Amino acid sequence: MTDTPTTRHIPDRLNSRAVRIFKSWEALLLAVAIAIFVVNSFASPYFLNVWNLSDATFNFTEKAMIAFAMALLIISGEIDLSVASIIALASTAMGLAMQHGAGTPELVAIGLTVGLLCGAFNGFFVTILGLPSIVVTIGTMSLFRGVSYIILGDDSFRGYPSSFAWFGQGYIYWVFTVEMLLFVIIAIIYAVLLHKSNFGRAIYAIGNNPTGALFSGIRVQRVKFILFLLTGLMSGVAAVCLTSRLGSTRPSIASGMELEVITMVVLGGVNILGGSGTIPGVVIAAFVMGLVTFGLGLLNVPGIVMSIFIGLLLIGVIALPRLWAMAAARRKA
Amino acid sequence: MMRFIPVRETILGSAILLLIILITSRFPGFVAPSNLANVFNDTAPLMILALGQMVVILTRCIDLSVAANLALTGMVVAMINVAMPGLPIPMIITIAILMGAFMGVINGVLVWKLSIPPIVVTLGTMTIFRGIIFLISDGKWVNSHEMSPAFTAFPRAVFLGLPVLSWIAIFIVIIFAVMMSRTQFGRSIFAVGGNPHAAVYTGINVGKTQFWAFVVSGALAGLTGYLWVARYAVAYVDIAGGFELEVVAACVIGGISIAGGIGSVGGAVLGAIFLGVVKNALPVVNISPFWQLAISGSAILIAVAFNAKSGRTKDRIILKSAEAKQ
Repeated sequence: MTDTPTTRHIPDRLNSRAVRIFKSWEALLLAVAIAIFVVNSFASPYFLNVWNLSDATFNFTEKAMIAFAMALLIISGEIDLSVASIIALASTAMGLAMQHGAGTPELVAIGLTVGLLCGAFNGFFVTILGLPSIVVTIGTMSLFRGVSYIILGDDSFRGYPSSFAWFGQGYIYWVFTVEMLLFVIIAIIYAVLLHKSNFGRAIYAIGNNPTGALFSGIRVQRVKFILFLLTGLMSGVAAVCLTSRLGSTRPSIASGMELEVITMVVLGGVNILGGSGTIPGVVIAAFVMGLVTFGLGLLNVPGIVMSIFIGLLLIGVIALPRLWAMAAARRKA
Repeated sequence: MMRFIPVRETILGSAILLLIILITSRFPGFVAPSNLANVFNDTAPLMILALGQMVVILTRCIDLSVAANLALTGMVVAMINVAMPGLPIPMIITIAILMGAFMGVINGVLVWKLSIPPIVVTLGTMTIFRGIIFLISDGKWVNSHEMSPAFTAFPRAVFLGLPVLSWIAIFIVIIFAVMMSRTQFGRSIFAVGGNPHAAVYTGINVGKTQFWAFVVSGALAGLTGYLWVARYAVAYVDIAGGFELEVVAACVIGGISIAGGIGSVGGAVLGAIFLGVVKNALPVVNISPFWQLAISGSAILIAVAFNAKSGRTKDRIILKSAEAKQ
């Protein structure tokens, strides 16, 4: 996190719109996604089966829901490492409610409420007490999952009502799952929120210069608090989907998911230091990650080896453009 | 006079004492010297890693790959021991330190030369290191009967009443106390974290200092990798899973500011001891060990809130109304 002052090159005219789109991160990512798709369909005969592809979307839909909210949070210059733990706590709360005879609507309401409350808890520490979000959410990451462990210990909740399974296992039409529909709706909502609303402009302003944003009349802390609420709420939605899909709750549910969510956001071209990034980028990154894990899965690559790819992807997508720029600079000099 | 008494460490020290008194009131055996020595020995790995993490955090970075580094080094030295049981322990320790340091070099180069944010680098290397353990071990365990007796006996050998593991921790604490306060490297770490721009103008290479901080942290993780595997006499993919959070927690509880530049060796050690006492006290006072995660999470939040409050200096306020709104 060194901020060495560099001279800024300001061009006297911008590239045309078409060139900018062609040269954008999203275009590069889309090319990667298509390449992976093609390679996969040659590597395994089972890849180009609509039902398999439909199943494969579960690899990313839940993570992507959180990633949209996380993208906004990271653009504003904060981070939330506790999302996977919020899922654990929300799922545990739903399990407890289920044991006391709650029906499907109540379960969903409880899952979303717990998510919101966890987000509010993070937001309180970061925006009202003014503490760094990375430490706060490392703390709540232990705390939220810790509460799940206190409630469940070695145990697990199972036996959710059959109507509850609709969220994670249901189909809307043919191969299109309920989760896919949720994914699309949430993606559109967040794209509009970030790219077409005042609130979205405020997020960019805060990420680029919080003090400047404050002096231009943006309520910085309130915007950040809302972003923590949204991240919590999305974790609640993901908790409903994941619990419904698995049909059981363990305290270790979704462990390590925060890493994959952040990888997805960074892969989507969001600057981890805040200030830039787009929702379409995150959508394509979700597909890239989903295709990579699905393709490797078909080739019988174990999950932990897949995580090597995710780790390399995370570092590689940031390192390669910088290496490229360094090589270009050297050639010029 | 007041400035010679470190306030934060005194408060944390008193909190630990209070905790021990509370535990003793329910279970007097807890303060028996042999039990306290046990608690200390149990906390030694955390203490060693917390010191490495402290150096990294002081330079405004963070190293989330320490636990994975520990596990990978542990697995490698265990496999070397199985393949070559005759290899002397000093050799094994050297290999462990070098290997850990090499992983630190990887983190450090990515942060220094490519200026990738440390949290991204170490999140990535964390998963990569864990994955490599699976690749080299094929997911299998290295069990105690496969290791040579000398390999497992070293950290447990008792010397002057304490196991070697404890002595190593004490030795490292002393080295760090001297290094942080008496050497150029130690002071430049504080300078880099306190104000990177000013550090540049005093002739300190910020990126290089951060690089060395990662190497130090990695080397200590490597050393701990051997000690851990030898002490528990088992190596597998998931050893010390999630331990990086405990290490960061120890630092935060010890008053090391995540924003860099503020912290002390005493704080890191006390932070580790606090977590160690809590961990060892839970079964004694009949609380389920499942409480530990939530307790350390709460401890992080309380410590960071408390430190931020006590460390806040009164700035000159130019625009009172804007300040109040924020």
